[in-house]
Amino acid sequence: MATTSSPATTDLPRTPRDLLPVFIAPIIALVALPLVGSPTTWVTLTIAALAMGSMIFVIASGLTLIFGLMDVLNFGHGAFIAIGAYMAMTVLVPLSGWVQSDALSLNLAALLLAVIAAMIGTGALGWAFERVIVRPVYGQHLKQILITMGGLIVAEQLIHVVWGGDQKPMPLPNGLRGAITVGDFALEKFRLLAVAVGLTVFIVMQLVLNRTKVGLLIRAGVENREMVEALGYRIRQLFVGVFIAGSALAGLGGTLWALYRETLTAAIGGDIMVLVFIVIIIGGLGSVGGCFLGAILVALMANYTGYLAPKIAVASNILLMVAILMWRPQGLYPVARR
Amino acid sequence: MIQSALSGDLPRSRILSFLLLAIFVALAFAPFLFSGSQPINTAAKICIFIVLVASYDLLLGYTGIVSFAHTMFFGIGGYGVGLALYGWGPTWTSAGLGLAIALVVGAVLAFVIGLLSLRVRAIFYAMITLAVASAFAILAGQLSEYTGGEDGRSFRVPPLLRPATVLFDVPFLGVRVDGRILSYYLVFFSALLLLLAALRIVNSPFGRVLQAIRENDFRAEALGYNVVYYRTVANCLAAGMAVLAGAMSAIWVRYTGPDTTLSFAIMLDILLMVVIGGMGTLYGAVIGAALFILAQNYLQKLMAIASEATASLPLIPHLLHPDRWLLWLGVLFILSVYFFPSGIVGKLREMERGR
Amino acid sequence: MSEPLLSLEGVHTHIGQYHILQGVDLVVPRGELTVLLGRNGAGKTTTLRTIMGLWPPSRGTITFDGQSIGGRATPDIARLRIGYVPESMGVFADLTVAENMRLAARLGPPDAARLDWIFGLFPALKRFWQLPAGLLSGGQKQMLSIARAIVEPKALILIDEPTKGIAPAIIEGMIAAFKELKRAETTILLVEQNFRFAASLGDTVAVMDDGRIVHRGTMEALAADSVLQTRLLGLSLAAHQ
Repeated sequence: MATTSSPATTDLPRTPRDLLPVFIAPIIALVALPLVGSPTTWVTLTIAALAMGSMIFVIASGLTLIFGLMDVLNFGHGAFIAIGAYMAMTVLVPLSGWVQSDALSLNLAALLLAVIAAMIGTGALGWAFERVIVRPVYGQHLKQILITMGGLIVAEQLIHVVWGGDQKPMPLPNGLRGAITVGDFALEKFRLLAVAVGLTVFIVMQLVLNRTKVGLLIRAGVENREMVEALGYRIRQLFVGVFIAGSALAGLGGTLWALYRETLTAAIGGDIMVLVFIVIIIGGLGSVGGCFLGAILVALMANYTGYLAPKIAVASNILLMVAILMWRPQGLYPVARR
Repeated sequence: MIQSALSGDLPRSRILSFLLLAIFVALAFAPFLFSGSQPINTAAKICIFIVLVASYDLLLGYTGIVSFAHTMFFGIGGYGVGLALYGWGPTWTSAGLGLAIALVVGAVLAFVIGLLSLRVRAIFYAMITLAVASAFAILAGQLSEYTGGEDGRSFRVPPLLRPATVLFDVPFLGVRVDGRILSYYLVFFSALLLLLAALRIVNSPFGRVLQAIRENDFRAEALGYNVVYYRTVANCLAAGMAVLAGAMSAIWVRYTGPDTTLSFAIMLDILLMVVIGGMGTLYGAVIGAALFILAQNYLQKLMAIASEATASLPLIPHLLHPDRWLLWLGVLFILSVYFFPSGIVGKLREMERGR
Repeated sequence: MSEPLLSLEGVHTHIGQYHILQGVDLVVPRGELTVLLGRNGAGKTTTLRTIMGLWPPSRGTITFDGQSIGGRATPDIARLRIGYVPESMGVFADLTVAENMRLAARLGPPDAARLDWIFGLFPALKRFWQLPAGLLSGGQKQMLSIARAIVEPKALILIDEPTKGIAPAIIEGMIAAFKELKRAETTILLVEQNFRFAASLGDTVAVMDDGRIVHRGTMEALAADSVLQTRLLGLSLAAHQ
């Protein structure tokens, strides 16, 4: 763009960088270290937490953007997690030769195909879901909650119809089993992959949101939908696009989550959705950065307390949510609203 | 007299009056009308769910609050009475004490959740209650030394309510009146009283304010009503009623566990019942609960027949498999939110007006 | 006189149960600056929002450049080259000034000459180019909002109370900018409460009260006729109290 050379900076108002929430994660990790005691256990727990946080982030990011942009909270998001995982499984099972092969390249190829299938499948489903379930109830929160819940029920039942109700094994490719040992520390390969995927999604998302026109439109739309339309943009199409992308991300997250657990049931989405909701509340509805941070915090909390006091692990996340909401009632990074 | 018992809130539809009367008669005389244990179990379950769904309707239909923590209060009632009977012996005192503790815990919890989050938007509240309720369910499953964990607790009820207790030597209307029948009537009359009490609440000035808040909370606030106060009280009342439903359930089933009282599946069932029956009318709770539980028990049998009849076709027998009954109720639920948001009761009243 | 660029005939708008516009008849001539005056709650903002399609009219016709636009979707109306500066300014606080402008230039990056022209009108925008718009002062946000509306050539600009809560020094700058826009023969519909500001810019004027247009004429005539001013504006002031 022309004339964008940065002007003098002498009397500019300073950009406030709100970094305070970022420090919570390392503080939790450091507090946990003496409590856990053994450094190797601590490293394992922390890596596990980062992996879990990455998966939760992948699932939650789409949901929070959909909410921010269109004020729609899709309680049926959990169904996309499960359906994505089932689709990936459907691809992985016939590829068992590749999955069990010793060649990492074949392992990864099988995984890639499975992920693509899962994302295309859940993306298409998201498109249909938006059209049939969500579109008629824009702006009506009560009906939205009810109807997306209804969509969740029907989608879960359809999983039973298509794939059957019993627990299925999720084949984790051979090359991703086991751990890499660095000194005393054992780093599980799949967890590292999950972290890499989560970080990639986060970085790509930041780049899209900050560097592309579509991203600018999404950010502007989250803030003030009407004004974006008054500038001549058809935000509906944009929203359908975000809905599809968010659903596809749920499919990706679901695939990773199922691989992590190595088993699969129709209820797999429900287990993690509770954490997803906590994450987007903590992060601030509509904020991708807040969502990332929230996911890491929730996962750290879950893993440390899961080790230290397994019985109250879930309750600890509720306490975390309560504490953060008392500090910042709109979440860590509230999105500016009209 | 009926007018005042129903707090002046009449069914306002002939078909609805007939249905309600039929349900009332069937439930009131269930032990004498049907034989075998399944019908009376179904009848008791309908009574319990009428209370539970009606209490949820106080929130959703009358106040416009979407809470996913209602089963938590149901569970608190069930565990309160159940664990008291288990731990302190099968006496009325322990049942009463357990219920009292459950009511206090339920009300306090409802109050705290309400204060913390009823100021925020509906969606926030829905998510927060969902998270809290699921954490509560997992906690109940984990703390097995107190709650019996995932297996729950079976316990004995006070002697008077046990099947072995025979009240009269002579059978009454051909049925031996035992403690089981007495338990049933305890459940039935509690349900009746609670439903009438709920009708009284929603038709009182307090209930009118709740509905005004549901329609437009800004205006209600502008008219000088403290919206948070009213919402919190409604939350506590609904929670208290759900606790009582949980207690009724414990007395009847003589068992309490996470799956029967706390699970999210039950929460969804309640949601389906209240919406299909008709939000914002307590009669909707009655119709919804009766219809849903009958469907749960008898639709499956019908579907099994249909599934076998279509066994040669692709996919269709899977769709009609008896385990998929919830699929069809889910579809019905979505359709009712779209096409008749006031549910069966609203539709019936509309038909009456159109006549 | 040529056909007006924009005309409203018998336009009614309901918001929920409230009947806000009750038959608005308004004409905006080509190439002129039309001022819409009236007390708070008279329906001025609703008129602009109805033109923009943000609230659909329940009755009546809205004609822009020969075509009926009543009931069309907001983006389609905006694409007819209609710019909108809302009362709340609608600045995207999370985006930088540059990003705000980049979105406003829907058809492609704005050309350097046009940007220089805008920087000439609103120098502050150049200084704060890379800053999040949320950090700007009220007046600077107003400038950004107007700049966004003119970064691409527009057939019509709707502006809602640009002087509200703005320091006098900045208002002077705004007057200069509007005069510049008038020189470029941009048609403008300006909602104002500040009569002095309106009088210094307006060609034609319409006065609203209770959801209807109660007076139409030239600004010159109204500015010269203090009796009429008192009757229209003083009267509505009294009604306001």
